[in-house]
Amino acid sequence: MADTIFIGLSLASILLLVALGLTITYGAMGVINMAHGELVMIGAYTAVMAAIYLKLNMILAIPLAFLVAAGLGLLIERLVIRHLYGRILDTLLATWGISLLLQQAIRLEFGLSFINIHVEGLGSGLQNLSVPEFLNQAYDLGGFTVQPYRSFIIVVTIALAALTWFLMYKTRIGIQVRAIMRNPQMAAAFGIDVRQVSALTFAYGSGLAGVAGVMLAGFKTVSPDMGSSLVVDGFLVVVMGGVGSLLGSAAAAGLLGEINGIIAMVTNDIFARAVVFALVIAVIMWRPNGLFSFKGR
Amino acid sequence: MRRRDFIRNSAAAAAGLSLSMPSILTKTGLSALAAEDAVQAGVLFSLTGGLSIIEKSLADATLMAIEEINANGGVLGKPIKPILEDGASDPKTYNEKASKLVIRDKVPTVFGSYTSASRKAVLPVFEKRNNLYFYPTYYEGYECSKNVVYTGAVPNQQLSNYIPWIINTLGKKKFFIVGSNYIYPKEMAKVCKILIEQNGGEWVADEYLELGHSEWGAMVKKIKDSGCDVVLSNVVGDSVVAFYREYKNQGLSYDKLPICATVTSEIEIAAMGAEYAVGSFTSFPYFQAIDTDINKAFVERYRKYVNDPKAVTHHALESSYFQVYLWAQAVEKAGEATPQAIVEAVKGQEFDAPNGHVTIAPENLHTWLTPRIAQWGADGQGTIIDEYPEPIFPLPYVAYGETQDNLFCAEAGLDTSKL
Repeated sequence: MADTIFIGLSLASILLLVALGLTITYGAMGVINMAHGELVMIGAYTAVMAAIYLKLNMILAIPLAFLVAAGLGLLIERLVIRHLYGRILDTLLATWGISLLLQQAIRLEFGLSFINIHVEGLGSGLQNLSVPEFLNQAYDLGGFTVQPYRSFIIVVTIALAALTWFLMYKTRIGIQVRAIMRNPQMAAAFGIDVRQVSALTFAYGSGLAGVAGVMLAGFKTVSPDMGSSLVVDGFLVVVMGGVGSLLGSAAAAGLLGEINGIIAMVTNDIFARAVVFALVIAVIMWRPNGLFSFKGR
Repeated sequence: MRRRDFIRNSAAAAAGLSLSMPSILTKTGLSALAAEDAVQAGVLFSLTGGLSIIEKSLADATLMAIEEINANGGVLGKPIKPILEDGASDPKTYNEKASKLVIRDKVPTVFGSYTSASRKAVLPVFEKRNNLYFYPTYYEGYECSKNVVYTGAVPNQQLSNYIPWIINTLGKKKFFIVGSNYIYPKEMAKVCKILIEQNGGEWVADEYLELGHSEWGAMVKKIKDSGCDVVLSNVVGDSVVAFYREYKNQGLSYDKLPICATVTSEIEIAAMGAEYAVGSFTSFPYFQAIDTDINKAFVERYRKYVNDPKAVTHHALESSYFQVYLWAQAVEKAGEATPQAIVEAVKGQEFDAPNGHVTIAPENLHTWLTPRIAQWGADGQGTIIDEYPEPIFPLPYVAYGETQDNLFCAEAGLDTSKL
């Protein structure tokens, strides 16, 4: 039983890891970022490339992936999203376009494959990331198998969630972000530089996606289209938890992960997936704004 | 613009163009000549999309074989002219491209497909037009077409040595069968169960996950709790990677609970990182590690051809390569490049392929292949630890009781009364 709960917890942590950045970009800025999965993918490739060229191990690649994904997020915000605030369907289309661009950029090795140059670590093939040995050796603890890698993901997720909570609720910029979430015009009237804060928020959310990418690279294949299915999971969590609510995302991820894990153990993964979707539909029928939502003005 | 006008105008435009640019005229003139002076062959693999990773390598092997044959004088004294089309990882596109190759280009043969889905999608085109398709991948059997030559393994060629070996040599008797949820793993599981029972073993579970599924936590836990002593994996695609990684994460070891796979080839091993597969087993007729001069030279040539010193070769790739040679021999024997003549001539063709001696069985157009078992090492290569002394006969209906003395699929076609 403990094993089953652990698997559920692990599934929950992966869901939250992907959804955390999305909670911020979608919640704080009303941007449906379809390229979120691709930012995860970029994070994974950063780790792969860092391992090949800089000989960085996975843990050291985490801050690097955060910076790369955040930088890319900032660029996307400055070039595209900045011009589309308040036009939610347009951001959806534009970011979807960006997601295709990013996938192809990796697949075509930034165009180098046209002139027959092959960059190791890029291209349409599958890549992999080695995990440090101490995160790979499972050990037994009174009949319960401790899986270091999954435990590590849980720890990182909790740390990132705590950091995000701290930034949002205990810092000056966090107050500004929350003010913008409630009412951007009013926040601007109070002297908050909405554009600047939004850009930084988007970059931070993108950076979180990059970290998720490194963690996922440790136990999934890294490929140009790895992100497209992740973004669906991310939105499930955000929509169920309530847009913009950190607590809601955490609760939704926990609930969905545990239910998925338990049902997968009792029956099978295919059925578990169906139950998860059914649950999300039921929840948003019952509470259209998600489990935890604040009243917007 | 009406169609007739369009044709007239474009013809006029083309004439104008060729007057002003004679070089284009000669060029088109040359290629028109070349079409008559060459034997055409279609090459149909996914060069884009999710399957392109593997299918690109199959297309490369096919083109390499064509280039080699051309360098040695081609067939019937003419060069082979490959017409490369992209199936785009989509069965519907496969069907359209196959129609284009058969109807418009009038090729006498197409080499193509990796997945069964894409083969099933093009099958009607070749059967209706009585054309010829060469299919290089191991597959589930249960097919008896007079228009397809199958050069990959069928279930009996991967399993008939494997299951007895697991039970008798490894000494493992309780099987956990796991696979991706579609026809190939399910048919493989059927054959496994027949062989397990014949050899005095038992199976404790038969479980499936969606194709492409990458969360293996619950399934590996089930394996752990099932009390099995060996896992027989028919898992396909990048799920394999997540599966082997999770296996190690949960602390299972191949010493105690080995994974014996039917689909995990050099490509999947490279994708997951060799350290996750060290000690597990796979059964295939071909491994890159086959220690013969002919295979070493083949690997060398392939790496040079794709300009990648680390490229790996695998079973379907090797079949893509040698099937072109079998085809060329058949064309030579037939003396003409028409589908009907080639399919008659290809029956019984033999060739010394990198995996050993291969023969097309005249009865069912499948290929005699040598089953082998390899154990994966830290370098991502298999060590061949068991192999049949000679090639064995392909039985596409073995799951339904087909034996070499009682063929379901014979030259007359499929005997449905036996199913």
